[in-house]
Formats: sequence, structure tokens, C-alpha cells
Amino acid sequence: MEWSIRLVASASIVVIFLILLFVMREAATLFVGKSATTTQATSTGAPTADLAPESYNPDAEAAPASTEPDVYNPEAQDPAAAGSQGEPGAPGQFIYASKNPKYPEIYNPDTGLLPTDIDEVVEETASADTLAEQSVLSKLGGDAWQPVGEIPKFGVKPLLIGTFKTTSIAILIGAPLGILAALYVAFFARRRVREIVKPAIELLAGFPSVVIGFFCLVTVASYIQDVTGAPYRLNAIVGGIGLALAVIPIVFSIAEDALSAVPKTLREASLALGSTEWQTAYRVMLPAAAPGVFAAVLLGIGRAFGETMIAIMATGNAPLSSFSPLEPARTVAATIGSEMGEVVWGSEHYGVLFFMGVMLFVFSFGLNAITELYVKKRLIKKFQGQ
Amino acid sequence: MAKDLPLKIETHDFSFFYGAKQALHNITIGIPERRVTAFIGPSGCGKSTFLRSINRMNDLIDGTRVDGHMVVDGADVYSKDVDVVTLRRRIGMVFQKSIPFPKSIYENITYGLTLNERRSKSDLDSIVESCLRRAALWDEVKDRLHNSALGLSGGQQQRLCIARAVAINPDILLMDEPCSALDPISTGKVEELITELKDTYTIVLVTHNMQQAARVSDFTGFFLMGSLIEFDRTRTLFTSPSKKETEDYITGRFG
Amino acid sequence: MQTSSSSMPLPKRLIGFFAVMIALTAAVAVLGVILGMVGSFVSNGGGGVTWTFLTEFPRNNNTEGGIWPALAGTTLLVLLMTILGVPVGTATAIYLTEFAKQDSWFARSVRFAVNTLAGVPSIVFGLFGVGFFIQFMGNGLDSWLGTSSFGDGSLLWSAATLAVLTLPVVIVAVEEALRAVPRDLREASLALGATRWQTITKVVIPNAVTGILTGSILAVGRGAGEVAAILFVGVTYSSESIPTAVTEKFMHLGYHLFVLSTQSPDVDLTLPLQYATTLVLLGLTFLLNLTAILIRSRLRKR
Repeated sequence: MEWSIRLVASASIVVIFLILLFVMREAATLFVGKSATTTQATSTGAPTADLAPESYNPDAEAAPASTEPDVYNPEAQDPAAAGSQGEPGAPGQFIYASKNPKYPEIYNPDTGLLPTDIDEVVEETASADTLAEQSVLSKLGGDAWQPVGEIPKFGVKPLLIGTFKTTSIAILIGAPLGILAALYVAFFARRRVREIVKPAIELLAGFPSVVIGFFCLVTVASYIQDVTGAPYRLNAIVGGIGLALAVIPIVFSIAEDALSAVPKTLREASLALGSTEWQTAYRVMLPAAAPGVFAAVLLGIGRAFGETMIAIMATGNAPLSSFSPLEPARTVAATIGSEMGEVVWGSEHYGVLFFMGVMLFVFSFGLNAITELYVKKRLIKKFQGQ
Repeated sequence: MAKDLPLKIETHDFSFFYGAKQALHNITIGIPERRVTAFIGPSGCGKSTFLRSINRMNDLIDGTRVDGHMVVDGADVYSKDVDVVTLRRRIGMVFQKSIPFPKSIYENITYGLTLNERRSKSDLDSIVESCLRRAALWDEVKDRLHNSALGLSGGQQQRLCIARAVAINPDILLMDEPCSALDPISTGKVEELITELKDTYTIVLVTHNMQQAARVSDFTGFFLMGSLIEFDRTRTLFTSPSKKETEDYITGRFG
Repeated sequence: MQTSSSSMPLPKRLIGFFAVMIALTAAVAVLGVILGMVGSFVSNGGGGVTWTFLTEFPRNNNTEGGIWPALAGTTLLVLLMTILGVPVGTATAIYLTEFAKQDSWFARSVRFAVNTLAGVPSIVFGLFGVGFFIQFMGNGLDSWLGTSSFGDGSLLWSAATLAVLTLPVVIVAVEEALRAVPRDLREASLALGATRWQTITKVVIPNAVTGILTGSILAVGRGAGEVAAILFVGVTYSSESIPTAVTEKFMHLGYHLFVLSTQSPDVDLTLPLQYATTLVLLGLTFLLNLTAILIRSRLRKR
């Protein structure tokens, strides 16, 4: 009996390996030359072959392509896709009626089109042949993410910038709020208050991320635009706030656990030395729980960069290489989420998306390994000496 | 009894309640200044509760209540205008288990000092040294002041906690079974330390160890079931107790 | 010496005041956002949640009508997910608490794997669903059975993906419940001559039923709200019927909300529907989580 239950218990380990194996296996199509034979097509049925032969021109992109300095440089103008916006559920289109009609929030990943430059598309001249022959890795190192078009460009840099941007905002907002709220609940709140506040904040962890994304889309976005006057209704700040809402309950509950786990005797010893409750909380308890609080932030980071739905719905989802928080951003996870449904399975684009999945997996694995192997040891060491 | 000595701590009909349960019954006692006063008694007799009432550590427990008077330096500790923080700065406390903060040895000593004021580095350095010397710990730790205090042995940790309490320069030191978790050699060192410190501080010591009380204290009080049965000079109490319960206890008939 | 006057200088007292206030403000801010969110959904969507809304099919390209297929699809999905995932999670938890030596290499690996699994982004589970369940298992089954129904996204593969995703939730909850079963109880059973296995089935599991229930409820709550993981493994934005076979595609509340709020031609037109859908989805997960929290807190008190 024992061996069979042991076998089932190993499922978690097996799953970890399977995830790595099978996500990598799909990504591997990138590296075995299969990519050359596949063509890019989308399920919207927009025949890419009919597109005007516009291709990537590094010079054109380097120079300001239009009057708007921060315009996303479109690679292909696809009237068919633009026209198909009328179809409900046409994949990959993220439309939201803007308060400011000058900037309709439309980004179509199929065309890589941002609304502002619909009329300002710069004709680009070809360097197609050279690009098609580039190795996969050098393509991933490119500066632009325009996966659909005659010459698809898979530069992950804008996606990494977008991920970095939104994750940073989420952590800058979410970590202090989560930690301070935990501090309040653990040390300052009366027991009655604690018994209400703690489960209430933990309930936020159960909010589906689409719900948080929706809230950001309809409420937070308008509010932020009113306050900042940002040109784009959906931008990295709105996305970052959304991600922060996902991060807060995680940081809160882990930090609260860590703070409550600090021996009560330390508090007594500190108070007996004539320190106040707040001095005890900030100078003794918080430092004593520091490894746990650090772990809370790490896991918060893991949640923020891996979160998909909020990132798709609230960031504006445009792959800009801009660090400005008031401009849209597109994260790695959101890219997978919004494009996976439209790719031809087995194509190069498909492989690239899986490759990014491997990246996400490896990163989250690393974060978890750090918390498990390093932080927990530190915590134990801290209370037991040596 | 000790009518000739100035009293540091006095109580009159002091009672203490955990919710509905009365833990201390009408304790009236006068604890003399700059002497070591020990409280003995079986576990659960209230001696620790009494000790923790002096610096109001029992305030931290929900649902507790006091009755009567607890007077330190002529002022009632439980009167409304008393600032508990200030009170605790004047009354140092050493606990049963050594509780070093998870910080360096140096930071453990300076913690209480830097709570309310800035002090120069050289100031702190000299206080750390003098406190550690007083606690007879200086020679053992002077080369690793900035290492974690958790790396010290149990006896060293307890002496560090005494040094830490001494650093804020209190008048009174409360010690709640400070040696119960220590080996005999460390216990000897701590006892030696107590004897040295009594010239400067009023020390109140709770112990379950009668030999310890006999060795280090000048006065001894015997607690039983929340009442102070007898309080006298240590020698008198141990050689010719006036109460039957005290005699039974010190001769080992119970407890 | 005086006891009454404070030794603490005024600036320090101010710092102390702010130190407490800032922590209080953080807690209040978080609670405020939660209340604001729920309040906005209730006030904007409350009127839209009617019996017909819950029981009708969507009409006119999801711009009118109800959410019945999404509600039914979500329910079927989480039921299937529970059937697939909870037994595995329970068995793992039983192994970890009852059999494993706590510091054995294997037990530590399982624990590490469970924690890792809990931290893997849900979109990666979605890719795993495509790569493993659809491409490998599905296509494999199809070529073996000569069918063509498994090699595509379906209710089955979505449920399987979510079962993997919610595995850590189940394991942690059940483990906690099993640990709450007193050691004496086990020893008493063993002392009466029961085998270890009998002790587990007759003593430990009956005492841990609430924990298994909590784990399942939490998993269902998580599964009902999870969209990213099922985006490409079988969810669809429009369906004429309720799925009757596990190989069919299905509608899902969360995905429905996603499509309505981001991918429809006139988002403002369907805003009332979006709010109502949000309220239903949130109410569902809220109820599930609340139930789990209540059961758990009763368990902890015991």
C-alpha cells in the first residue's frame, strides 16, 4: 500500500518535470529548423500574403517615424484585420472606448498597430532576406515584437521592458502596503480588529484575476487618466496597480505569518527595556522577521511577473520599449496569453511563445528555490543561533 | 525586620486577577533598596506574577486587573498618570529564558540606549564595554562584538541580557528565575554577578532554587497559593521560619 | 525620581504616532480598495443579476441575454477538475503526513515540488496543457484509438490543466487537516492492533474529512476564477449548447467576462452585462473562499 501512495505523492515532482519537458519540447521546434517551413497566419483569416510588402527597416525605426516620438512603429498595415474589429471575439483585439477620442485604445497584435499611427504608417523598405536568415536567438534579441507579418520580428526586449516596468510598479505599490498592513495586523490591531481585517485582506487573494483586471479596465484606468492626464487610458501604471492588487494579499499573508512567528518573548524583552510598542514592532520584530518578509516580497514578484489576465486587460498591451509608466506596456505573460490562441501550432511564432513560457517557468522556479533553500534556512538560523 | 533600611518598593494589599481568577491575594511587603530580595515558593504560587506586576509586564496579558497599591519610590505604579515606558526604563528585567534579540552583541546592548536619543559612537562604545565588564562578559566577547548574539552560549546569553538591562541604567533589576535554564558553572557566574550588582541596584529575584536564594539574597519572601506567607532576612527565614508552611517548604516536605 | 512624566521627547512621540498611523493607513487602504471594488460591482451589476440572466443563453453576439452556458461550463469544469485533482492531492498529503520521514530526501523533494508548483505562473500551466495534454496525450490517444476528438482543446484537458494547477492548494489544505488529527488518536488505534493502513482509513481520514472538503472548495474557488491557464485548452467565447461530452469545448464565466470587456465591438454597450457577470463570478468565488475560511477556522479552534 505504501509504495502506491508514494507513487501518487510523487505526482508533484513528476508534474514539474513534465512541465519543463513539454513546454520545452514545444519550444524546441524553434531550434530544429522547422520554423523555416511554417508560414504565419492567424485565425482571423487575414491573409498575410496579401499584405503590402512592408518590412522592417532599422533606420526608419531609429529615426522618429512620425510626429509622435513614442509611437509604436507598425510593421504591417492590415486593412482586413482592422476591418474585422467588428467581429465579436476576434482574437487579439483589445478595444476599449476611450474617454479621449483622440486616442482610441486599440492595439491589434496581429498588425502591431497602435491607433495613433494608423494614419502615419511609414513605408518601410525591405531587408527581408537578411532577416529571414537570422538565427532564432538573434531574432529574440531584436528590438521589436511584431510576430505577425511578412517578416515576423520576435525581439523580446520590449516585452522584458514591459514586464520589468509593470512588475516594478506592482512591487513598489504592493510590497509596502502588504508589509505595513501585516505589521498593523500583527502588532498594533486589537484582537477584534485583527480577526476581521486579516481574513478580509486574505479574501482578496481569492479574487479572480479577470475580476481585478476588469476593475482596472473600467474604474482604475479612468481615475488614473483623470489624475495624471496620461495620453493612453490603459498604461503601465494602471496595469501595475492591478498587479499590485494581486500581489498585496500574498505579501500580506506571508509577511503576517513571519511577523507572528517571531517569539512573543522578544516583544516582552524589548518592552521590558522601556521601548514602546511601535519601537518594538519596527526595531525588533520586523528585523527579526526580515527573511520571511523578504520571502513574501520574492513571492510577490513571482506573482506579478507571471500574472496574465490583469496584464492583458489593464496595461494597454502594446510592446513598446519605453520605461515611462504612463505609456502602455506588454508583459511576457500577457504576450503568451493574447497570442497563443491565434498562432499556427508548430509555427515559429508558436515556438517563440513556448520559449517565453520556459523563461517564465525557469524564473519562477528560481525565485521559489531562493525562498525555499535560502530564506527558510536564514529564518531558522535567526531563531536558533549558530 | 528590616525597618532600618530605606524601602524601594512597597505594596499594600496588592491583589492581581487573571480575568475572574485571583492570582495574588493582598500582598503587603516592603522591599529594601540596594539589597537582593528573593522570592521562593512552589510553581504557580504567584511569585513570578508579583515580579511582573512591579514593572507592569502583566499589562500585556488581556483581561488582567489589579487591586491595592504597588508603590515604587513613593509613587503608585498603577496610578493613571504613570507612563509605562518610563517606568520600565527604570526597572530592568531579566527573563527565565535568555532572550537576546537576533542582532549583534553590540546592538543588543545599545538597543535600549538608542531608543530615545542619539549618542555618539564613542559614547556607545564605552557604555557597551562597561556594561559587558559589569556582566563579566567583556573578556569572552570583546573580539566578536559585532557577531550575532545568538552565537553565544546559554550562560553568556543570559549575562548579555543582564548587561542589556543594566545599560539603560535602571534603579531596579527584576530577575525571573534567571538561572533555571543554565548549567551549574554559568549559574555560578550569574550569581556572582548578582552579588556584585547589588551595590548599585535593588535586585528582586524569583527562583525555584532555595539554595540559590540562600546564597545570593539578603531578604527572602515565601509565596504560597498567591499569598505572601513570610518575608524576612534570608538567614532568619531559612534558619528559624516563623510559619509552619515555610518550614514545611524549606525542609522539603512539599513543593 | 518621578514616574509620571514621560522621558520620550516630542519628536519621538510624533514619529511613534506616524509609525502606527502609516501601518494603519496601509491596512485601511487595502480594505478600502477591496470594499470599493466589491461596492462598484454590486452597485453597477446588482440589478443585472436576475434569474433570466443566470438561465438564458447569450444572444446577438454576446451583447444580450444571459450567461447560462458560461455558468454551466464553469461548473462542469470545476467538477471534473475536482474528480481529477483532489484524490491525487489527498494521497500526496496523506503520504507527507502519515508515511514520509519528515527530513527524508523524497519527502523534501515532494514538498519543494509542491511549493514550486504553487509559484508557477498560471499561463505556463496553459502552455503545459497545450504541450502535454493536447499535443502529447490528446494526439497520442487519437492515433491510438483512431479518433479525432482528443487532439484539441476540450473540457477534459482544461479540467486536467486546472487539476494540476490546483494540486498545491489541495495538498496544503489536506495536510493541515491531517496534522490537526491528534497523535494520540493514531497511537490508540495502533495500540489496539490496527495496521497503519487501517489506522489511516478508519481513524485519520474520517477525522480529516473537513480538511479534504476545505481543500476541494479552495481548489474549486481557484479553478472557477482561473482564466489564463485555460485560454488555449478548450474554452470558447460562444457556444450554442451545454457540453455533453468531455471532449467538447465550453464557455467559462471568467473568459466570458474577459471577452466581453476586451474583445467585443462595443464594450460600453455590454458594460451592464460585464458588471453582472463579474458579480456572479466574484460572488461564486467569494462564497467558496468564505466557506473554506470558516471551515478552516473551526478546524483550527478544535
